[in-house]
Amino acid sequence: MSAATEQIDDLLQRRYGAGFITDIEQEYAPPGLSEEIVAFISTKKQEPEWLLQWRLKAYRRWLEMKEPTWAKVSYPKIDYQDICYYAAPKSKDDAPKSLDEVDPELLATYEKLGIPLHEREILAGVAVDAVFDSVSVATTFREKLSEFGVIFMSFSEAVQNHPDLIKKYLGSVVPVSDNFFAALNSAVFSDGSFVYIPKGVRCPMELSTYFRINAAKTGQFERTLIVADEGSHVSYLEGCTAPMRDENQLHAAVVELIAHKDAQIKYSTVQNWYPGDENGKGGIFNFVTKRGLCEGERSKISWTQVETGSAITWKYPSCILKGDHSIGEFYSVALSNHHQQADTGTKMIHLGKHTKSTIISKGISAGHGQQTYRGGVKFSRGATNARNYTQCDSLLIGDKCGAHTVPYVDVRNSSSKLEHEATTSRIGDDQLFYCRQRGLSEEEAVSLIVNGFAKQVLKELPMEFAVEAQKLLGVSLEGAVG
Amino acid sequence: MLKIEDLHVSVDRTPILKGINLSIDAGQVHAIMGPNGSGKSTLAYVLAGRDGYEVTKGRVLYKGKDLLEMAPELRAAEGVFLGFQYPVAIPGVSNMYFLKAALNAIRKHRGQEPLDAIDFMKLSKEKAALVQLPDELTKRAVNEGFSGGEKKRNEIFQMAMLEPTLAVLDETDSGLDIDALKVVAEGVNALRGPDRAMLVITHYQRLLDYIEPDRVHVLAGGRILRSGDKTLAKELEQKGYGWLTEAEAA
Repeated sequence: MSAATEQIDDLLQRRYGAGFITDIEQEYAPPGLSEEIVAFISTKKQEPEWLLQWRLKAYRRWLEMKEPTWAKVSYPKIDYQDICYYAAPKSKDDAPKSLDEVDPELLATYEKLGIPLHEREILAGVAVDAVFDSVSVATTFREKLSEFGVIFMSFSEAVQNHPDLIKKYLGSVVPVSDNFFAALNSAVFSDGSFVYIPKGVRCPMELSTYFRINAAKTGQFERTLIVADEGSHVSYLEGCTAPMRDENQLHAAVVELIAHKDAQIKYSTVQNWYPGDENGKGGIFNFVTKRGLCEGERSKISWTQVETGSAITWKYPSCILKGDHSIGEFYSVALSNHHQQADTGTKMIHLGKHTKSTIISKGISAGHGQQTYRGGVKFSRGATNARNYTQCDSLLIGDKCGAHTVPYVDVRNSSSKLEHEATTSRIGDDQLFYCRQRGLSEEEAVSLIVNGFAKQVLKELPMEFAVEAQKLLGVSLEGAVG
Repeated sequence: MLKIEDLHVSVDRTPILKGINLSIDAGQVHAIMGPNGSGKSTLAYVLAGRDGYEVTKGRVLYKGKDLLEMAPELRAAEGVFLGFQYPVAIPGVSNMYFLKAALNAIRKHRGQEPLDAIDFMKLSKEKAALVQLPDELTKRAVNEGFSGGEKKRNEIFQMAMLEPTLAVLDETDSGLDIDALKVVAEGVNALRGPDRAMLVITHYQRLLDYIEPDRVHVLAGGRILRSGDKTLAKELEQKGYGWLTEAEAA
């Protein structure tokens, strides 16, 4: 091993900063999955009969499905009967009505994570819905948003307060039988966020959700549904963390976006689930289905993700470009350090005429990390004059990691255009030395080079989160760039 | 300022430098000339602390301290600057951002407050004018898509910003046309001062028409064969390196 590689290895040994465990009383469902458990969750949530039936349908489909094996990730077999499908902080009253009623311990957890709800409320003007294990804890800024007719609440509340909207859109983009993990989520999802932006409204602030898995041996299955009605605009950000635990934890979320005519949805993710230790022990298994439907003409959906956490990432935020002239975008930075494995990318499915999509993927592998870009672009027969531009770049740090690119292209008409560019590079000793000769430490140099590599994507994030993501990239690389 | 004593350096176990002795005082400019493969760049890299250069014997004192013990970034913070022969590109990192990070890292080491954006911009405007570096280049990513001449000007610009006490310029003239050479030389001359020492490494005498050295050393085969004043450079231009290396062999 060269001296430079050793130094880089040192850098990559940095510690996970969000790995504390919050000591609060939890209410659990017994481990295991059955129709009874599905019904238990539904009852806990006081759901209407149709939703229970929807869950049961998903559960029955799930029983018939096989866990997918095509992704370039390997992990021990998951025992689905050993997982808790419901855990909620036990609260004195039924549910907190305002931040003042939220368990101070819980608020302290968010403080530690650097998302003080109060402060966000006052300073940042970000409306936050915080999901702790399975239950949405507090939604800030609701009143202000309601002045604009914007609905932003936990999924459970939306089921109670806006059943018509939920019934209309739930499963309309990701059907229950879409895939193994989506079916599982549909059966047991416990909470998440719901957003509705009425016609012509530009949401006056960034909407934001923080997810945190706290309870041991608990799966988190949140469900997010965002509907942007005609001509509306919304920008939404989710952040995720989990405590450090030796055993693996399962996270299988579903996100559905619907953009009507002339509507725009920007969905940004900063994912920092616990990645496991430097030997690959523990960490979150992150199997997520995210899909957006550009239903109306000239609608636009933009996914931006910064993925630095999780032991396993299996995630392909996609766009169905149905409306003519609709636009889909995918900007991604994924980082695999230590023994992390990420198989991530997107699918752009062009159905409408003159639809356009852009894919910018930046993969960073360090330590023993394995990184796969898997992306599909489909131009259907009716998608005349559709265009796609794909760029995937890989950056390798050290000599034990891997980067893989698996593009799929399916073209059914002759007027569409597709461009694909790909590069693989390595952080060179010469780059590091150049930076150090100018006075930067090796750590600063690596962080600088990586952030330069990821800049094209980071600039797509809302300002304050871009800063957070930059820091996160630096921290996640301590001990992993090669 | 800088005192090199009997320095022996190997790369991959092959001896490259075989006993260098050199002493540079504050305020002086020394030139090192020599044929290709004589060890000029090796000397520059060893002074800056690059990996892969094994010092097998000798020592280097910088301001009385053991230079070879220091990490590269510490040397930089202590005022050692290397103008690279082949400056590398850092895609996506703007020149200004890079330089501000570097300058503030060095200022921190000196116990100075970091420069804020406004003061930094003011300083950089002033220094960019010195090497006639176009505004547009300061905004681009570090050395990305720069021409050879632009890269070298950028090196001198960085030197002007970082205000080192010992500047080692490794073949800063290579690849420059005569106009660019003059600009670079003027930049270097503007930075000459009583507290600053410079070591200018060059293959050709040409650069020394514009940067007048106090001393000239001829390096060949890993040894300094001859030292003299600036007339030595003229002599080399007329006779080539052959007469010295042959004299050595005889």
